[in-house]
Amino acid sequence: MTNKPSRREFLASGLAAGAAISAAGSAQADIPDPLITEVQPWAREFGDGVDATPYGMPIQFESDVIRRNVEWLTADTVSSINFTPIHALDGTITPQGCAFERHHSGAIELRKEDYRLMINGLVDNPLVFSYADLERFPRENHVYFCECAANTGMEWAGAQLNGAQFTHGMIHNMEYTGVPLRTLLEEAGLDTAGDLKDKWVFVEGADASSNGRSIPMEKALDDCLIAFKANGEALRKEHGYPVRLVVPGWEGNMWVKWIRRIEVMDGPVESREETSKYTDTLANGTSRKWTWAMDAKSVVTSPSPQAPITHGKGPLVITGLAWSGRGAIKRVDVSKDGGMTWETARLAKPGEKMALTRFYLDTDWDGSEMMLQSRAIDDTGYIQPTKTQLREVRGLNSIYHNNCIQTWLVRSNGEAENVEVS
Amino acid sequence: GPAAAEKLGLGRTALPEEIAAWDGDVSPDGAGLPAGSGDAIDGEGIFSEKCASCHGDFAEGIDNWPKLAGGADTLDHDDPLKTVGSYWPYLSTAFDYIKRSMPYGNAGTLNDDEVYAIVAYILYSNDLIEDDFVLSKETFFDVEMPNADGFFVDDRAETEYPAWSGEACMENCKDAPVKVTMRALVLDVTPETEETSAVQEP
Repeated sequence: MTNKPSRREFLASGLAAGAAISAAGSAQADIPDPLITEVQPWAREFGDGVDATPYGMPIQFESDVIRRNVEWLTADTVSSINFTPIHALDGTITPQGCAFERHHSGAIELRKEDYRLMINGLVDNPLVFSYADLERFPRENHVYFCECAANTGMEWAGAQLNGAQFTHGMIHNMEYTGVPLRTLLEEAGLDTAGDLKDKWVFVEGADASSNGRSIPMEKALDDCLIAFKANGEALRKEHGYPVRLVVPGWEGNMWVKWIRRIEVMDGPVESREETSKYTDTLANGTSRKWTWAMDAKSVVTSPSPQAPITHGKGPLVITGLAWSGRGAIKRVDVSKDGGMTWETARLAKPGEKMALTRFYLDTDWDGSEMMLQSRAIDDTGYIQPTKTQLREVRGLNSIYHNNCIQTWLVRSNGEAENVEVS
Repeated sequence: GPAAAEKLGLGRTALPEEIAAWDGDVSPDGAGLPAGSGDAIDGEGIFSEKCASCHGDFAEGIDNWPKLAGGADTLDHDDPLKTVGSYWPYLSTAFDYIKRSMPYGNAGTLNDDEVYAIVAYILYSNDLIEDDFVLSKETFFDVEMPNADGFFVDDRAETEYPAWSGEACMENCKDAPVKVTMRALVLDVTPETEETSAVQEP
């Protein structure tokens, strides 16, 4: 497509069309609608045959529902991030094709035939598995969110990026098929490791960055998965094809892609990705390390800056996502006045552990300005904090783990903006 | 003790050569450090050839590329400069990471002497050693990392979770009328739609 309108032009035309539809919807139509009274081409001619698209892409009219990057965030695009278009999605499952990417040395291409997984260190018998070996172990299926530790990180110092995709889109949620990490560790034998309470596993990928991280044995034996399918099909190249680690509830950096080695160790390696990076500096200059769990968080995905209200006053669906790395979402509250008063939203389904949960607040909009917020509560009783509360404990420089309550200023014309409020 | 699960007999025993090829991690106690050595004088030449185009002649960083030196005593500042010298707690991480993942785009091509020398040059650039200090497995712990005690294990369970749990306020939750205090549109740094829309073109 060429001559695409700018976002502002798009918004303006959307708003104009919305106003017209709104007027038509609230009053009797004056003239018959030609989309109804005239036979349209699609009602007369053929559509595409079943051989046209062996593997389909979304229809062209959805071409704005794509991953986006923000050039100025990183030095180059191969150790960088892009963002899931959460403003345009609904439900909870993220389509793999637009699910965010974060690489440290690019998305590598690794054939199943070339894939090897090694388990070594304090095991009874160090092992090498082929991809085909992995498919012969008993499998499990689980839905989990993968949230980058840096999601919302640009917003620590203030309202910066204008859209839920950019402020909250370093996240995806998929149904994974794989083998419990525990199964593979037990295949190698843990008698040599002895008392497992103080043991660790070091996991690293096949890519140049390796992305090595240390994981305590308790988590490794609990719910980590060696996954080879996501949302029913093979992992996408950019998500770790053919095999990645799934670490439910924990920061995305630990979900090592193209995983090639698991080492049972006496202690943590304190690798670059758990010292220089993924440590959280407080105002006094000391830093937290091993901040693994992603705390309860939520965001209104619509209306939002990229999803303005285009239909005028009246019925309005306010919707968004909530999640917690420490359990299941129990409740989501929504405020239209910047947190002065709250209404409890409706969960589309009961919250699942460490997975995205969809919420709706079906409301009647009178056209007045709103300061929209959502507030997640998980089954530990934890209540998603405000940015002010987070800053009081952590200051402005911790980069990671920003799970603050987000505010969208929705104006009477339906446009929305990322703001902070008192 | 470990669970005695029934084994399926899948996979095969890893050979010592295979483990040696892939198991290169170095721990804070020095486990995994290879033989070899290098000093900052050697390191300056190697760094100039293989590292300086991104990290600068003095490890000070070029453009957006990581700064490896400087930033001493800035961690409690508004805009801390976190480098190997000012922030990294363990020298083992520098050896481990450079050996495995640098130079960027040509990773894993440095021999052990070159890695020791580059690490020595980065330490020298941070004013942590003299230029003739020979870094090796034997001298590795003669180097004091300034921020070695700057890290503590995640304490959210004590400092945050109790304070942010309990009853959630539903009405009259703020003392004064709510006002907008900061707006993203003022910064105007969000990409526009048309700049990236070509991604989906067939």
